[in-house]
Amino acid sequence: MTATAEPEIGKARRRKEDEHLITGRTRWTDNLVLPGMQHLAILRSPLAHARITGIDTSEARSRPGVVAVFTGADLAAEQGSLPCAWPITEDMKAPPAPSLAVDTVNFAGEAVAVVVARSAYEAQDALEAIAVDYDELPVVLDLASAVADDADLVHADLGTNVSAVWTYDSADAGTGGDVEEAIRDAEVVVQRTLRQQRLIPAFMEPRSVVVDPTAPQITMWSATQIPHILKLMLAMTLEIPETRLRVIAPDVGGGFGGKLQVTPEEVIALLVARRLGKPVKYTESRSESMLAAHHGRDQIQKLTLAARRDGTVTGFKVELLADMGAYLRLVTPGIPILGAFMFNGIYKFGSYHFTCTNVFTNKTPTDAYRGAGRPEATFAIERMMDELAAELHRDPLELRAQNWITHEEFPFDTVAGLTYDSGNYEAATAKARELFDYDGLRREQAERRERGDAVQLGIGVSTFTEMCGLAPSRVLGSLDYGAGGWEHAAIRVLPTGKVEVVTGSSPHGQGHETAWSQIVADQLGIPFEDVEVLHGDTQTSPRGLDTYGSRSLAVGGIAVVKAADKVIAKAKPIAAHMMECAEDDVEFTAGRFRVKGTEKAVGLADVALAVFAAHDLPDGVEPNLDSEATYDPDNFSFPHGTHLCAAEVDTETGHVRIRSYVCVDDIGHVVNPLIVDGQVHGGLAQGIAQALYEEAEHDESGTLISGSFAQYLVPSAVDLPTFTTGRTETPATGNPLGVKGVGEAGTIASTPAVVNAVIDAVRHLGVQDIEMPCSPLRVWQAIHTAQGGAR
Amino acid sequence: MRISVTVDGNSYTDEVEPRLLLVHYLRDRLGKVGTVVGCDTSNCGACTVHLNGHSVKSCSVLAVQADGGDILTVEGLSQDGKLHPIQEAFRDNHALQCGFCTPGMIMQTLDLLAEEPDPDDETVRHGLEGNLCRCTGYQNIVRAVQDAAQRLRGGATSSGDSVIKDAAKAETAGGVR
Repeated sequence: MTATAEPEIGKARRRKEDEHLITGRTRWTDNLVLPGMQHLAILRSPLAHARITGIDTSEARSRPGVVAVFTGADLAAEQGSLPCAWPITEDMKAPPAPSLAVDTVNFAGEAVAVVVARSAYEAQDALEAIAVDYDELPVVLDLASAVADDADLVHADLGTNVSAVWTYDSADAGTGGDVEEAIRDAEVVVQRTLRQQRLIPAFMEPRSVVVDPTAPQITMWSATQIPHILKLMLAMTLEIPETRLRVIAPDVGGGFGGKLQVTPEEVIALLVARRLGKPVKYTESRSESMLAAHHGRDQIQKLTLAARRDGTVTGFKVELLADMGAYLRLVTPGIPILGAFMFNGIYKFGSYHFTCTNVFTNKTPTDAYRGAGRPEATFAIERMMDELAAELHRDPLELRAQNWITHEEFPFDTVAGLTYDSGNYEAATAKARELFDYDGLRREQAERRERGDAVQLGIGVSTFTEMCGLAPSRVLGSLDYGAGGWEHAAIRVLPTGKVEVVTGSSPHGQGHETAWSQIVADQLGIPFEDVEVLHGDTQTSPRGLDTYGSRSLAVGGIAVVKAADKVIAKAKPIAAHMMECAEDDVEFTAGRFRVKGTEKAVGLADVALAVFAAHDLPDGVEPNLDSEATYDPDNFSFPHGTHLCAAEVDTETGHVRIRSYVCVDDIGHVVNPLIVDGQVHGGLAQGIAQALYEEAEHDESGTLISGSFAQYLVPSAVDLPTFTTGRTETPATGNPLGVKGVGEAGTIASTPAVVNAVIDAVRHLGVQDIEMPCSPLRVWQAIHTAQGGAR
Repeated sequence: MRISVTVDGNSYTDEVEPRLLLVHYLRDRLGKVGTVVGCDTSNCGACTVHLNGHSVKSCSVLAVQADGGDILTVEGLSQDGKLHPIQEAFRDNHALQCGFCTPGMIMQTLDLLAEEPDPDDETVRHGLEGNLCRCTGYQNIVRAVQDAAQRLRGGATSSGDSVIKDAAKAETAGGVR
């Protein structure tokens, strides 16, 4: 065994994950077939708000192949209430959240009855034989009117549609001044009301769950991001001992926050399987997924930015209405709160106020979607910086540079109460400017305006940061979150010197197997190929807090490093014994245990074999190198970057074309640049999709009208440009790898860059805002209205 | 109804309901679970297979319509344990993340390259318009298709060098500590 010559970290390794995925040898949950397995189909409410006055299942029960039909009343005694792990305030209002509706339905798509049958087709057929009587109730759909005194109520028992009001004020918190004073004293005040439309995460693999109740320990396979949290929450919700549950996330086809959930469908499948004593499977259709899997975003943002005429920003006041939908799911109320710490962006203004009012509506519950709170915040501040630049006739990049935290000022305590450990906004911006040809494009823009071209050019800027590596457990505690933010890893050293790495992170496309292998290869001085990464099964990986919030590398990856450190510490006295020297004379360098100052050395594999034989170990040393570590970060990490978008807007048709998109991201040290670029590309695609294409729309009765891929415009290859990506590398100071996280960066940064570009193209025509998505219709209307025409 | 089909080189004869979708026949009756279902409106293309030499969305074809047909799925693409050049190109260019859309993307690429052996960026993007991917932003898929085209034309295999070189370049150009 020789040490790897060059470090694995930093190499563009091709992924270990890919071979089985490109050959179709996959383990999607829906592939599973178990002996005696039955199939579930779920009847969903077509109405957004109604009282259930009767359900007749007799006809359905007699259909061929049907073995059982259950309603909410049948499961009421067992199903409990779906968990919300984030009670953000003590007085937060939270209605009971049944998995299967019992007497009322509160959004279109809510589960009302479940059919169990021999085949999926037979189960589906029987749904139409169930007769449900509904008494319709008034629907609450509009956020602003939902908070009015005389509003109809989603949950009459609560007496209000307001679930919680959460406030942060820099004067109260001692992190800055009084924002009202700043606004009063401001030479310039920019006020806008911006809208974050409702989005659908739209992971490609529909959710699927299989439950096998035929052993004392019930096994659930689920297309989930969070097998560990799911197991714990199911145990607590259904009062099943944790020891009697095993959750497996096999191959999982994307998540983006959308599979960060404890779903009604998982609870229903478990209860039905347990009732019948037979394995069951439920796989949703895409249309069901769009209706019933949680949605994302959906905020109205009232924003007030105070500044001096010289461009210095002095304060920012943020008043949000955030749509919870009909129920509070796992982290629903906390999503907008995650944004509270980010509305100041990369800037150092002195006063800040944030109020968020969480509101119920008769719509699908909202929850995490890629970025979760941070895209909303970044959008707000980056749009407002462009608006201020326009107001003051300043170059938007120059205005930002005037206000941002300079490289010398780190670490920096922000007005929102965080400490940014590192950053170099100057370097990222300089590089992006150059790659983009900023000055050249500005010249072209001026020429087109001068000529009055039908197709105008706009340049959009977004200089963003985000908090990643969720999360220091103490911080989560201070925000009333119900769990910690640590991550766990274990390393098992096998007799042949190969190692198994068990991670509590739960990948669903990110490439953990490859990246973790690179880390461990370097830490232990073994070949990349000798590392096997195990995950996603609570039996092999009993401890973990899973994958979301760009936390895997910055928290889970560090746990792996810490576990590897312990392996080395355990191996060192044994290596010394093998080389007949004192432990102090042994150093572990370049992957070998070496007697200092000599060529005498052994590798980990040599030690592993000696440990396995255990014939000649030092006294009192256990014959075992296995180690585990749980890592709780001291701080978040703060990736940042500068994104520049050039958009061409056809003023006659409203059509937008992204001509070029440049992003320079600073995510600290990079483990695998290939994976990083992939994460950035995919993130950009989703952020651009929010800016230009996607919206979950409801009609006046609360029916989702963008309920399939035919109406909800997930972009295809023709809808997206080729991106130019670059990096600067300012290491995070809070962890030994200097890594920050990259999963959400592209999504967070790109939406305001694109919208700023679209508005910049038509600002000279009088346009100040265009609601997302900036569809041809909306863009055309904005231009037309600004020009004094009727809408 | 009785149908006979050839799938990935093997023959099958089965009684099927007239309404059975080809994709469900492949998955549930033949165990060809490499082909997946991503939507119910034929928009996503995850279920793409070849029927008699052309790509079809197998969620939009009835099993009975495939009677007598020759079907190729992603599982039949590699030969003698050797990956097909398109599969290699997808791996080498990091053209997949979660991998759920990948079987469909690969099968559609096979069709695209049969029609246009040397496609430019626009041709690739239009050729894959009916296949959705939520992870990659398509950039590396486009490069993988062009790389595969080169491999199939018998040119020097680029083995994803362009993507890797780009990734490395971004890294070294960083260096601001």
